[in-house]
Amino acid sequence: MTGRGLKTLSIATVVFLMVGFALVFLWVPMDADQGFKQKIFYLHVPLAIVALLGFVAGGIEGYRHLKSGDRRHDANSYVFIHISVTFGVAVLITGAIWAKASWGYWWVWDEPTLVSFLIVFLLYCTYYPFRYAIEDRDRQARYASVFAITAGAFVPLNFMAVRMSESVIHPRVFATSEGGLPDSMLFTFLVCFIGIGLLWLTLVKTEMVGKKVSGQVSYLRRKLHDDGAGGSVGGRIAPSVEAK
Amino acid sequence: MFDATPSDAVGYVFSAYLFFLLMVLVYIAILGAKFQRINRELSELIDELDAREESSV
Repeated sequence: MTGRGLKTLSIATVVFLMVGFALVFLWVPMDADQGFKQKIFYLHVPLAIVALLGFVAGGIEGYRHLKSGDRRHDANSYVFIHISVTFGVAVLITGAIWAKASWGYWWVWDEPTLVSFLIVFLLYCTYYPFRYAIEDRDRQARYASVFAITAGAFVPLNFMAVRMSESVIHPRVFATSEGGLPDSMLFTFLVCFIGIGLLWLTLVKTEMVGKKVSGQVSYLRRKLHDDGAGGSVGGRIAPSVEAK
Repeated sequence: MFDATPSDAVGYVFSAYLFFLLMVLVYIAILGAKFQRINRELSELIDELDAREESSV
């Protein structure tokens, strides 16, 4: 993953987000049940889906790292999880605001959808202390990959368990048995979803470019000082893509 | 179901979108600072390399 196409990706992200939010506030009809506050849906739900997909993608990259031993996959896994955790913060905050507007409470503890997302989020928050508790960079990468695979497999299982559970008040927006979304709302949702997905991809790509350049700078410094340290233990806390 | 007044609902919706926008801007600012640091390190290395070449000539 390199910086190629980053400018195009950034422009596409801004365009999709601007068009999506313009549709939300200027075009899509008001929800008959929730009214204006339902507009948080077009931000909150895409963020949640993209964050969860990012966690699964982090697990896939962890698997590819274990299979190939290529450190780039470990760096990808780290960045996917890192950006998804950041999106997770946004999911929890926007969800709490929507809950307060709709239900009168910032948080409802007996609602499976909310609590399950919080569990997934907290699980991934442990990724950082777990990773940085291991000093040896190779072991750190291997253990982090195992964590990413296990937690990544937990995400869809958790999602299915929540879907099968009896929801108390959280809506099942995409359930066809409950009517689903009208076409205009679905179209607006898809534009916002693509925009948020592109934002995730842009941030991932930018982080990866940073890691690659940072790795090249470290390589140059080692070559210049010829200290033979290798830089594999301690020092940097996040994985970098080392130059050959 | 609890129902926020329409003016409350507008406040909640805009605070959610504003939070998202601020979060993205803060993240971009952090990335910018990181790239500036890398750029500075690279400049230092190039200066060091130039100094070495000059001293060896």
